[in-house]
Amino acid sequence: MSGAGKHSAGIEIGGEHSSEKIEDLRITDLHAFYGESHALHGIDMTVYQGELVTLLGRNGAGRTTTLRAVMGLIGSRSGSIMLKGKEVIKASAHEIARLGVGYCPEERGIFASLSVEENLLLPPHVAPGGMSVEELYEIFPNLAERRTSPGMRLSGGEQQMLAMARILRTGATLLLLDEITEGLAPVIVDKLGDVLTMLKERGFTIVLVEQNFQFAAPLADRHFIMDHGHIVDCVLQSELQEKQAVFDEYLSV
Amino acid sequence: MFSDLLGIAPQVLFGQLLLGLINGSFYAVLSLGLAVIFGLLNIVNFAHGALYMLGAFAAWLLGKYLHIDYWGALILAPLIVGFIGVLLDRFLLRRLAGVDHLYGLLLTFGLAMLIEGLFVKMFGASGQPFAAPKALNGGVNLGFMFLPYYRAWVVVASLVVCAVTWYVFERTKIGAYLRAGTENPKLLQAFGVNVPLLTTLAYGYGVALAAFAGVLAAPITQVNPLMGSNLIIVVFAVVVIGGMGSIMGAIVTGLSMGVVEGLTKVFWPEASSTIIFIVMAIVLVLRPAGLFGRTN
Repeated sequence: MSGAGKHSAGIEIGGEHSSEKIEDLRITDLHAFYGESHALHGIDMTVYQGELVTLLGRNGAGRTTTLRAVMGLIGSRSGSIMLKGKEVIKASAHEIARLGVGYCPEERGIFASLSVEENLLLPPHVAPGGMSVEELYEIFPNLAERRTSPGMRLSGGEQQMLAMARILRTGATLLLLDEITEGLAPVIVDKLGDVLTMLKERGFTIVLVEQNFQFAAPLADRHFIMDHGHIVDCVLQSELQEKQAVFDEYLSV
Repeated sequence: MFSDLLGIAPQVLFGQLLLGLINGSFYAVLSLGLAVIFGLLNIVNFAHGALYMLGAFAAWLLGKYLHIDYWGALILAPLIVGFIGVLLDRFLLRRLAGVDHLYGLLLTFGLAMLIEGLFVKMFGASGQPFAAPKALNGGVNLGFMFLPYYRAWVVVASLVVCAVTWYVFERTKIGAYLRAGTENPKLLQAFGVNVPLLTTLAYGYGVALAAFAGVLAAPITQVNPLMGSNLIIVVFAVVVIGGMGSIMGAIVTGLSMGVVEGLTKVFWPEASSTIIFIVMAIVLVLRPAGLFGRTN
């Protein structure tokens, strides 16, 4: 996307060459339950400021549950979740969001009865420095054309762009993105890849749950491999080739 | 001309139309409150009739013991009863979040019986008279009918309250939160909106609307502990016809069902107390989600 360079004059988050890494998210021994079923069995992971990490694994491995647990959307969880240095294991979802977290759910969660613009303006500002509506319409011109359409009329790709755009307006600097490329046409997947590259350049911290490894591999700094509610491995970008066996074991169907 | 055509005196026709419009106003304001509450709490508020009665009693008690006049009571009673609603939500209804709808029904139904029983015990089952404000005594002869000022005021006040509520819901930021909260409260909260607080305020507002209707009704129906239980059955039918949770549906259906009922009184008096239920049955067959409801 040509916009990546053009927009990088905007906000910058985090020190560029800081030698000590700041922890945006530290999860320790996280357990989560859906009713009787034990979905996460003691997750440990740390994400540093400005990093893009993925959660990879098969369906049911616990990737979505991890994001939902961080967001406080799961009733029963234990362990520790430190968000930007604050313990949030007992916090409500709205308190967690206000620490500067933006969440893009798997089902996209566009409100059907609200127009595109109402959807875009809905999430309250959680931190200073969010992108302006004009800038977002520039990044996603399709949304500008459809600003008065009701949310229920959007195509899957438009819904996904809107779901991304609306959390970029809020000033959130830690983004939890769940399966943003699922079921979308290649041209839209490319577009989302460009947007993620741009966000990374601006210093956003991103946790990406992704099925499409081809999409995630070039973007991510590290990959957390999940299986049966555990994190079984963490693969650095530089180790992708030598750890191919790990991917084969845990990602192949 | 009407009398020639239909064999009905215009005074009768328009008299019943006005009566229908007044009943329709109460249906609209009450079902509006139910719609707001159902949208956010997913609870069918069976205590609504009792809270409507509480509004009328609050106005009566404010006048009797604190000498607050009608206009003061029209503001204060909804605030007081709305605050009671906030407490009910905070300490009782919130505990039912996430469990089967049936529990909300049972709890609010029980609350209604408790409140009404308590007031029958304290004030007896007979009505207490409540005077309309002096400024609205009398009426005007329109030629084809006599229009009492107070009844005209009831219709106007109800329409204004409905219009303001609609505007807030459809055109403001808080309305966008309320609509989003109706659709997907969890996600709205994950965006940083304090949804539990929003829900409590929505319940308080719905209840305040019921109390407002109660104060409006007080000079017309007298203040009676059971005034709500008679009305609320019809209001539930109106809500079903309009579609659960639909703001516009509640307003339009409320008013039009009042008018339908009034006209039925003119043309087929025997059916006037059942007509709304007949309409409800037909709507349920043809459009189970109600006239304005969204089918998911």
